[in-house]
Amino acid sequence: MEALVAIMIGALVAAAAYLMLARNALRFLFGLILISNAANLLIFTAGGLTPEAPPLVAYGADLPPVGVANALPQALVLTAIVIGFGLFAFALVLVYRGYQNLGTLDTDEMRIAEPRE
Amino acid sequence: MTPMLLLTLPLVVPFTTAILAFLFRRNREGRWISVAGSAIHLGVGLALLGAVWEGGPVAAQMGGWPAPFGITLVADTLSAIMVVITGITALAVAVYAVAEIEAPVEELGYHALFQVLIAGVTGAFLTGDLFNLYVWFEVMLISSFGLLVMGGSRAQLDAGIKYVALNLISTILFLSAIGLLYGATGTLNLADLREAVAVADPGVMTVVAGLFLVGFGIKAGVFPLFFWLPAAYHTPSFAVSAVFAGLLTKVGVYALIRMFTLVFVHDVGFTHTVMIWVAVATMVVGVLGAAAQSDMRRILSFHIVSQIGYMVLGLALLTPLAMVGAVFYLVHHIIVKANLFLVAGVARRIAGDTEIERIGGLYAGAPLLAFLFLIPAFSLAGFPPLSGFWAKYVLVKASMDLSMWLVAFAALAVGLMTIYSMTKIWGRAFWKPHPGGLVPTLREMAPGERAARLLPIAGLALLTVVIGLVPQPFVALAERAADELLDPTPYLDAVLGGAS
Repeated sequence: MEALVAIMIGALVAAAAYLMLARNALRFLFGLILISNAANLLIFTAGGLTPEAPPLVAYGADLPPVGVANALPQALVLTAIVIGFGLFAFALVLVYRGYQNLGTLDTDEMRIAEPRE
Repeated sequence: MTPMLLLTLPLVVPFTTAILAFLFRRNREGRWISVAGSAIHLGVGLALLGAVWEGGPVAAQMGGWPAPFGITLVADTLSAIMVVITGITALAVAVYAVAEIEAPVEELGYHALFQVLIAGVTGAFLTGDLFNLYVWFEVMLISSFGLLVMGGSRAQLDAGIKYVALNLISTILFLSAIGLLYGATGTLNLADLREAVAVADPGVMTVVAGLFLVGFGIKAGVFPLFFWLPAAYHTPSFAVSAVFAGLLTKVGVYALIRMFTLVFVHDVGFTHTVMIWVAVATMVVGVLGAAAQSDMRRILSFHIVSQIGYMVLGLALLTPLAMVGAVFYLVHHIIVKANLFLVAGVARRIAGDTEIERIGGLYAGAPLLAFLFLIPAFSLAGFPPLSGFWAKYVLVKASMDLSMWLVAFAALAVGLMTIYSMTKIWGRAFWKPHPGGLVPTLREMAPGERAARLLPIAGLALLTVVIGLVPQPFVALAERAADELLDPTPYLDAVLGGAS
């Protein structure tokens, strides 16, 4: 199970790297979504994948039964998803404003702040 | 004060100030709330430093969960010093912003975002938990994005896209590294990680350490990951670029120092040797980049890069003397760099530009400003008796003690090149007559504006001179911080030992 998910994460990162190398700022953003989701899956997988064993503590017990998945990475992933969503929303608006004001999405053409000599 | 209060107040104060400043953003009071909040932040920071100096590292467990399960806030000498220096920079910039930031930008919530940024920086210095560090980085990042593009000029949007893109990549690398580290060790508490990393598979740990090095390296602006920095730091308002230049990259350096003294010391021969050469390349490339620029703020931005090299060098050498140098450099650099950006702001205000070919006559028209520029500029280049001299001297001596002649030579040569850049600014912007025939004087500003712009500059310059003339107490502080970094037993005891 972990091996399959690991391959999937690898594929996501590869696709993301391909997209992020593009000159088009929008393609870069799509790459960013993919790689941030790959990072979230990575944390999730690092916590251990155990199907059909929810991390529930039985009534009156102090510890969950042996063999359940660690619930902490799932909490971390939730936090990271929320933060990532906020940052992505900002980045999307920024690129859109950039497109409106600079008139291009090509990052090679964005030379206002660093003009060619 | 109890440890809980000492550690939470430096966070509560800027957040409260941010809320108040946001509520009063349409009034003139907003800016004074920001100034008052920064002053209180500095005050609680000093109280924290005093407590740490008296009784060693303090720690508090949030929510009553004992370490390593809960989130720990902890301050050793380095953290406390950094909180104080954050307070000093925040106060200086908040006063400067009173004169610079105009009402429309204030109404967008400038002061609130600025205070949130300060809270994020302070949180990053105080946390003892890796995931919590990530959260503080995000707080810092999102407010810095807002501050950077506020006003929305074309140059700002252009710079903003690059700044946001590269910083988000760094964040994702950092997050992945946290995931892998947690998967391998099962803990996120920094003190607990030290034990866990020591017994984990060294190969895996070195890979994770590499991820952290790249993630924090982008934030700190080391070679070859610094390109976002000189692309962005010259575009926002001067108050914003001063606080960015002073504090933001230094949070990256702080995170590197924390991780590579407390957690990743399992394979020093590999990780820290890589860092030595990264540091040397950063120093040299940064200073050469600066030599090619002709805009004051772009020259200064490249100098940030080259100075980051010195701090990373101190960390990489990992001897007691080198650590003292790194901590001392960190403090000196924040003060001097923020100050130089503020001076550039006044030059822009009275001479009309920061492009040094298009301005001039500042020495003839505003000798006071010229004097206030010379102090931080000489300090940056490492002239005795200013603070930069001691910082550079300690680092060069530390590398010579290890017989690393090439490294010591690079550090000295970069100092020399720094003088070249500072002379260039001095010669073109201050000495040469203004090409438009203008004689820029400080009287162009109303008395209130003049005071708000010059007081922070004079205060920071005074601090540089005091550190230079009376270095002993500051070196003692840096020594204490370095001792705690190299032998973190008091830190570990504070976090894991006592259940406060």
